[in-house]
Amino acid sequence: MWSMIREAGAGLRRNLSMVISIVLVTFISLTFVGAAILLQMQINQMKNYWYDKAQVAVYLCTGYEQAPLCPDGKVTDEQKTAIEATLKSEELAPLIKEYFFEDEATAYKNFKEQFSGSDVATYVEADQLGQTFWVSLVDPSKSEVIAQAFSDTAGVSSVKDQRTYLDQIFQVLNGASLAAIGVAVLMLLCAVLLISTTIRLSAFARRKELGIMRFVGASNLYIQTPFVLEGIASALFGSLLAGGALVLVVKYFVRDYLVTAMPYVSFIQISDALIVWPVIVGFGVLLAGFSSALAIRRYLRV
Amino acid sequence: MISFSGVTKQYRGTTKPALDNVSLNVDKGEFVFLVGASGSGKSTLLRLALKEEKATVGEIFILGQDVGAISSRKVPFYRRKLGVVFQDFRLLPNKTTYQNVAFALQATGKSRGFIQEAVPDVLKLVGLTGKEARMPHELSGGEQQRVALARAVVNKPAVLLADEPTGNLDPMTSQGIMALLERINAGGTTILMATHDTMIVDRMNKRVVELSAGHIVRDDEHSTYGGI
Repeated sequence: MWSMIREAGAGLRRNLSMVISIVLVTFISLTFVGAAILLQMQINQMKNYWYDKAQVAVYLCTGYEQAPLCPDGKVTDEQKTAIEATLKSEELAPLIKEYFFEDEATAYKNFKEQFSGSDVATYVEADQLGQTFWVSLVDPSKSEVIAQAFSDTAGVSSVKDQRTYLDQIFQVLNGASLAAIGVAVLMLLCAVLLISTTIRLSAFARRKELGIMRFVGASNLYIQTPFVLEGIASALFGSLLAGGALVLVVKYFVRDYLVTAMPYVSFIQISDALIVWPVIVGFGVLLAGFSSALAIRRYLRV
Repeated sequence: MISFSGVTKQYRGTTKPALDNVSLNVDKGEFVFLVGASGSGKSTLLRLALKEEKATVGEIFILGQDVGAISSRKVPFYRRKLGVVFQDFRLLPNKTTYQNVAFALQATGKSRGFIQEAVPDVLKLVGLTGKEARMPHELSGGEQQRVALARAVVNKPAVLLADEPTGNLDPMTSQGIMALLERINAGGTTILMATHDTMIVDRMNKRVVELSAGHIVRDDEHSTYGGI
């Protein structure tokens, strides 16, 4: 075994420039793979966090709506009572975790807070902001039921699921992680080709030795192992670097910068990056082992 | 021990077969010279025996094994039972005498203890005691061939295949190598040796198989290079 490791080491020194390129290519490609995984983790984390908080808003008529919404003008007290009764009805009550009523004054206060410092806050009047029933569902994906229940109800202008806003954000993040995967696939292809070329070169440099090994009856495994080790060692180094880079990105960019810049968003932890590290190292090692074993096969043919 | 029956070998892209319907039997402990002009098929016959090539037609049995039926995964294990030497010695230039011989044992997974016992023994047999630490370029041609022979027989093979082992050596040195081969043969190893060396064949007075254009044209006991 020691002699095999020594042979692999000698091979690595012989093709140093190729080995450096393997290290760099696996480093970059696996960084992209890891980034894609971390983005997915981030998306899931935000989904868990926000979907639970996402509510269905039942907006009541303000009297400012354009036809055909709200033909009766501003919502009346009877209509409000009817709507609340529907929320408490046998059909809807089991689906609803809780609901609360936001009147114009509260809506105005929240609006002022949210847009403080902006011009909008100065010329919006309280009665322009409608009254709203905020409904939290037991299962947030069932918002359709609420929308249907109030589609023809007098006094309701519209029903809006907040998750539709979130889905747009997630689509952007998903697109980013798909792009990362796309780049990763291309770079991984480069890595595989580079590894097989390097191993072929290495085998060519040692073809005399391989010939001697073959006629003294060395088993394929004995001949193959140093080359596979060579490929694995260079990819291992690259993937360790990639894992390290991801941990640093999560630590300095996500935890130190984003968390303070966007305090209301829940971000991935360094522990998530530490989970991804062994995954990409394992992936890199498997890929390198596979491609170098494939590359050396030509020299094992008897 | 070695048996070729109706063996034809045609290399891809050639019209004339390198071996054409060759049948040959070699018994245990025999010493057989394969003679013939370049391109007569001597090397092809040895390559088939080593399973470096596959026969196009015919059957080859060596050491009781159907050579054609050995799967490529089992070939290394088959080759461990054979010893081979070549005209160009094929030593590893960056390894010492000792390491070159030990390499054959390491590559076949022998224990360190076994290697430490077997290598000095075989180096003594070929007369290289004291030159264990020399690199191949520090040895004469004859000494290099002795290293190659030591490597070939360190596994105690029942069959030794030799492809012009004296082709690169002067007559005096060749004689030394032949004496060594005779000693190995006397130990019970069957030897099949392809050669061009008239003097050696004539002096040894062993069985001679002559090939010409892929056919066996002569197979005589106790014969000479040109026949009687």
